[in-house]
Amino acid sequence: MATLIKGRRVVAQSTPPSPEEGEVLRLEPTDDPAAVAGRLARVARVEVHFPKFGDGRGFSIGRLLRERYGYKGELRAVGHITRDHLFFLESCGFDAFELRAGEDPHAALAAFDDFSESYQASPQRPLPLFRRRPA
Amino acid sequence: MYVYDEIDQRLVDERVRQFRGQTERFLAGQLSEEEFRALRLRNGLYIQRYAPMLRIAIPYGLLSTRQLRKLADIARRYDRSYGHFSTRQNLQLNWPKLEQVPEILAELATVQMHAIQTSGNSFRNVTTDHFAGVARDEIVDSYVWCEIIRQWSTFHPEFSYLPRKFKIALNGGRADRAAVAVHDIGLHAVRDDRGEIGFRVLVGGGLGRTPVIGVCIREFLPWQHLLSYLEAILRVYNRYGRRDNIHKARIKILVKERGADKFRDEVEAEWAHLKDGPATLIHEEIERVAARFTRPKYEPLADIDLRTVNVPGFANWLKRNVQPHKVPGYAAVTLSLKKTGVPPGDVTSDQMDAIAGLADRYSFGELRVSHEQNLVLADVRQADLVAVWREARALGLATPNLGLLTNIISCPGGDFCALANAKSIPVAEAIQRRFDDLDYLHDIGELDLNISGCMNACGHHHVGHIGILGVDKNGEEWYQIEIGGNQGEIRPGLKAALGKVIGPSFARAEVPEVIERLIDCYLARRDSEAERFIDVVNRIGIAPFKEYVYGNADQRSARRRAEHAALA
Repeated sequence: MATLIKGRRVVAQSTPPSPEEGEVLRLEPTDDPAAVAGRLARVARVEVHFPKFGDGRGFSIGRLLRERYGYKGELRAVGHITRDHLFFLESCGFDAFELRAGEDPHAALAAFDDFSESYQASPQRPLPLFRRRPA
Repeated sequence: MYVYDEIDQRLVDERVRQFRGQTERFLAGQLSEEEFRALRLRNGLYIQRYAPMLRIAIPYGLLSTRQLRKLADIARRYDRSYGHFSTRQNLQLNWPKLEQVPEILAELATVQMHAIQTSGNSFRNVTTDHFAGVARDEIVDSYVWCEIIRQWSTFHPEFSYLPRKFKIALNGGRADRAAVAVHDIGLHAVRDDRGEIGFRVLVGGGLGRTPVIGVCIREFLPWQHLLSYLEAILRVYNRYGRRDNIHKARIKILVKERGADKFRDEVEAEWAHLKDGPATLIHEEIERVAARFTRPKYEPLADIDLRTVNVPGFANWLKRNVQPHKVPGYAAVTLSLKKTGVPPGDVTSDQMDAIAGLADRYSFGELRVSHEQNLVLADVRQADLVAVWREARALGLATPNLGLLTNIISCPGGDFCALANAKSIPVAEAIQRRFDDLDYLHDIGELDLNISGCMNACGHHHVGHIGILGVDKNGEEWYQIEIGGNQGEIRPGLKAALGKVIGPSFARAEVPEVIERLIDCYLARRDSEAERFIDVVNRIGIAPFKEYVYGNADQRSARRRAEHAALA
């Protein structure tokens, strides 16, 4: 059973949302977020699937959902996720993470602090470092 | 040198801590081989034929003497007291221990160095012209732009798990000394008619098993948009680059499959959203980065004429290994790492220390690594050249063969590399021995000879004027010969080009003989000494060379008889 981290906390595996909360939209790496843009306001959450440890397509999907299509709800990374992905996933707009089986979720929390800065912009730091850096 | 600020340093330190943790988790069985593989590669750690190999980043090939001494020290304490400078301007250690790698990385961090993203499916070291900042044909100082790209591409959250590795090269001079056309992205600095800086953008170039010359998708990209445009290219690649087949995963395949026009349209469509966004560069940042580079404090000097210096051997070295400098009274010196009998690019720890001493005394404490696997002292006073030559010669680093046949680019090959089909180093050495007569070598003139031990082409054989590729035939090592390749427009009019195979491959022992036949053909067919090997190949095609090498059996034996007669 995979474990879930949400809002930087380990939470019990969530149950499927009730009908009034909306549906769960699941995107595969080959899916185009543009195709679902019109439905985003009505979904309970979006899950982006990472089928392999090294498959990075979902990172682009995450950024597109947040930055281009204005998605504000839960954005969950599912699939082959280990703590080693968390910092980058969060920087691409993900806020919920289903870890692959065998990964210790409590130890994984530390990975959000792997780096205390980043050169690039992210939801946490909307401007890239060079726009914030003292001369 | 770009000098780190507190944030740059912190990120490197945090990376060391992260990788230490990942190594511990792997050793404790919490990470699978496959998972750890992806993580260790992006920290430069390969598992090679006999031992791990650690590839240390030398961003755009620029190195301080403090860093070089640290590399010498690390090679001594954690390895076998030598390192190998690669065609990617990096340094490779061939015998480190896996458990010690986090410790090595921590040592590197103390001198603002790392092994971040030197391997794996991520951005690699940004490479550039080894005469950046000193060349007379400079359009921009490429180091500043390379550093800006380095920072942008370091730990990029969206592009850290690309379909395949990704190499960006940037050239700041009129001549292309960075081989930009054979990189995933090649950037040529240009100025528009108002003098504004921009970049000509090439994509989809590369060597490897499917060599391709990059195509231009934008003639002039204003500098402010450099990062957002790169981001657009990378997003198209990250989303649509093939991940089903490692041999088809580079961006060149995507560009080919889509067609350059459609690929360009997709990039432009993506860029329309990103343009003028947060990644837009600002003057202040260019100035900030430029100001963090240490600059030589040149003395006001005049150029001096050294052609009259009457010391045997010096003139050849001056002609081949010394380049003009944009500041009067200075010159750029190339220390050759291509001495016969030494694997191309290899340097011992003692040599590294001695080279650091040279650079401290004669070149403001900095040096560069060239993609031709040599070291460059970029800021030497012309008045010191004789002294530098004497010292370099004593260190075995003054072989006057820059641009000549024996300045061979070679990968480590089957002696070290797990991927290789054949050895490269002994082939390089056999050729160097065959062409050990300096007068003859100078008579042959400019010629790039490159050797790769397998089709991954780390030795850039496709762009050698003569390229040698190790191939495997039923478990035996054979060598295929190409001619007509060219790494880039170093001189106007001679474009980057891929070599053509001349015919069936050869046994290792035959290779020097084949090279000699190619040279004989060239010498017989050239119009004048000014016409180089590559010019002759371009003028007459490969057929006459082929004929000269393979001929028919009768011609071959007749030639042998003639040779024996000449010897007798």
